[in-house]
Amino acid sequence: MPNTMILPTAMIEPAAPKQRGYWGSVGNRLRYDPVTVFFGLVVLAIILAAIFAPLLAPFDPYKESIIGRLKPLGWKGHWLGTDELGRDILSRLIHGGRVSLLMGVVPVAIATVVGGTLGVVGGFGGRKVNTAIMRTMDVFYAFPSVLLAVAISGAMGGGAMNGMIALSMVFTPAMCRVAETATAQVKNLDFVEAARATGAGTLTILRYHILGNVLGPVFIYASSLVSVGILLASGLSFLGLGVKPPTADWGLMLSTLRQSIYVNPVVCALPGVAILITSVSFNLLSDGIRSAMDVRM
Amino acid sequence: MINLLIRRILYAVPIAFGVSVVCFSLVYLAPGDPLQTILPSDASAETIALVKAAYGFDQPLPIQFLKWLGRVLVGDFGQSIATRRPVSLEVTGALHNTATLALFAVPIAFSTGFSMGAIAGCFPGSWLDRLLTGTAVIGVSLPNYWFGIVMVILFAVEAMVLPATGMGANGSDGFSIFRWADARFMVLPVITLSMVPIGIIARSTRAAVSEVMGQDFVITLRAKGLSEAAIIRHVLKNALPQVLAVMGLQFGYLMGGSILVETVFTWPGSGFLLSKAIINRDVPVLQGTILMLALIFVATNLLVDLAQSLIDPRIRRT
Repeated sequence: MPNTMILPTAMIEPAAPKQRGYWGSVGNRLRYDPVTVFFGLVVLAIILAAIFAPLLAPFDPYKESIIGRLKPLGWKGHWLGTDELGRDILSRLIHGGRVSLLMGVVPVAIATVVGGTLGVVGGFGGRKVNTAIMRTMDVFYAFPSVLLAVAISGAMGGGAMNGMIALSMVFTPAMCRVAETATAQVKNLDFVEAARATGAGTLTILRYHILGNVLGPVFIYASSLVSVGILLASGLSFLGLGVKPPTADWGLMLSTLRQSIYVNPVVCALPGVAILITSVSFNLLSDGIRSAMDVRM
Repeated sequence: MINLLIRRILYAVPIAFGVSVVCFSLVYLAPGDPLQTILPSDASAETIALVKAAYGFDQPLPIQFLKWLGRVLVGDFGQSIATRRPVSLEVTGALHNTATLALFAVPIAFSTGFSMGAIAGCFPGSWLDRLLTGTAVIGVSLPNYWFGIVMVILFAVEAMVLPATGMGANGSDGFSIFRWADARFMVLPVITLSMVPIGIIARSTRAAVSEVMGQDFVITLRAKGLSEAAIIRHVLKNALPQVLAVMGLQFGYLMGGSILVETVFTWPGSGFLLSKAIINRDVPVLQGTILMLALIFVATNLLVDLAQSLIDPRIRRT
């Protein structure tokens, strides 16, 4: 379970609050939370940079140069230097964001859908269904996440696709637990009983009464997993279990540049800075949204 | 208490069984034949059949699983395909090296993280709180393998005060943590490993402390006229069980999740063994290492659970 923490940011309510809906007040709280807004913008910039990588990158990320290998920052227009094959680091970092973000976000999305569904079914269904689903999840939960990711993708022979499958399998049990807990809490509340008493069918109750209360925690938890996903995905690439060279990817860049720390240490550390900034930004954004939505987990 | 003990252990048994099923099936996710690494490419059909029979790969899966499980239960994990050494020997040696790092990293992480979280939680909203929680966020977001590389750059390449990789001239044979010539190889890996747990423990402590701070008994203590220092002592004592549980889980994560850091430092631990086994497609070692690490994780979780209910009687009733 992730630990609940509320960021110490002032949440100032306006003097005369108008009546506004739930999302209105969430948006209002976010507006007075400069930390979250700032890191939200950073996340947005990273995503946009990845999408428009070919337009933004100053050089071709695959263009090699024999004389321009491992050059320092600012060498001949290469702001962040060049790598061991003379390729421009900045361009590779911008392009690398595509694979790294994709490999971090797609598994979270898959796990949210699969795990969320299983969790709601497990929480709403009968005792037998619940036991079957949750005990199976417990088995996968019994592996440390890094170990499970490495074991599955390693056994499947590596590659970006297998890495994403492995990460989806890592996140699904955790997601399932969150959804199951939220569903079980709501299921026995009075208003669900009332809905049932007025003749609402199972599907209607699920659709209108359960989902509305489960989606919040599920969404928040998914947003906190994105940072873990990016870290694990670049970890897999670092071990050689992700994309294959020469594809630009932060984890893979870190792994190939590692051989050159004696030549140009600063340039070799840069891909890790990209991973760190991305993961910190996603984490703080998720924390901010959580406290704005006032979800307790 | 005895009831609880038995119930928790009985609950762990099916999980351990499930874990062994997963470990065993992992091999069959793999494309290609697990034996192709040891067989010459021009091996005749008879040779292949012979080797398959020798490793038991010619029998139906459930039979293979039961036989494997039976052998695992008596501590026989088979033979490494790459080195021909018994897997149990390879795994126990590697686990010992991983545990050496984890046993140092966990206390460091706990003392640092708990102090950070406690200070932050006692002065919510202050600049100190912002600074410490900000640092903790960096800790939980840190790609620790990168941090390891940065440490190597700073202390081995630039300052040249500590060794970059490995475990010393003799490897793990005769390694002694009491000899500085050996122990200096541990400094960077231990610091690197403790970074993420520091962040996680600091965040959990901060959350636990601020939760306890809001409980009624704190108001009572204050109304009784207790000094602020005494109140903080009470609060920390109440927040401790929760944080200890997080620490226990972190030990499990460090044992099972150190593959990246061990790769950076070529530390001959279980993670390093695992990555070698993946490269060599060494199925018995892969199965054995993952199973041992997962079982250690299950056991730590069980111990944490029990320890927590020993310390905090409120948990026992649920």
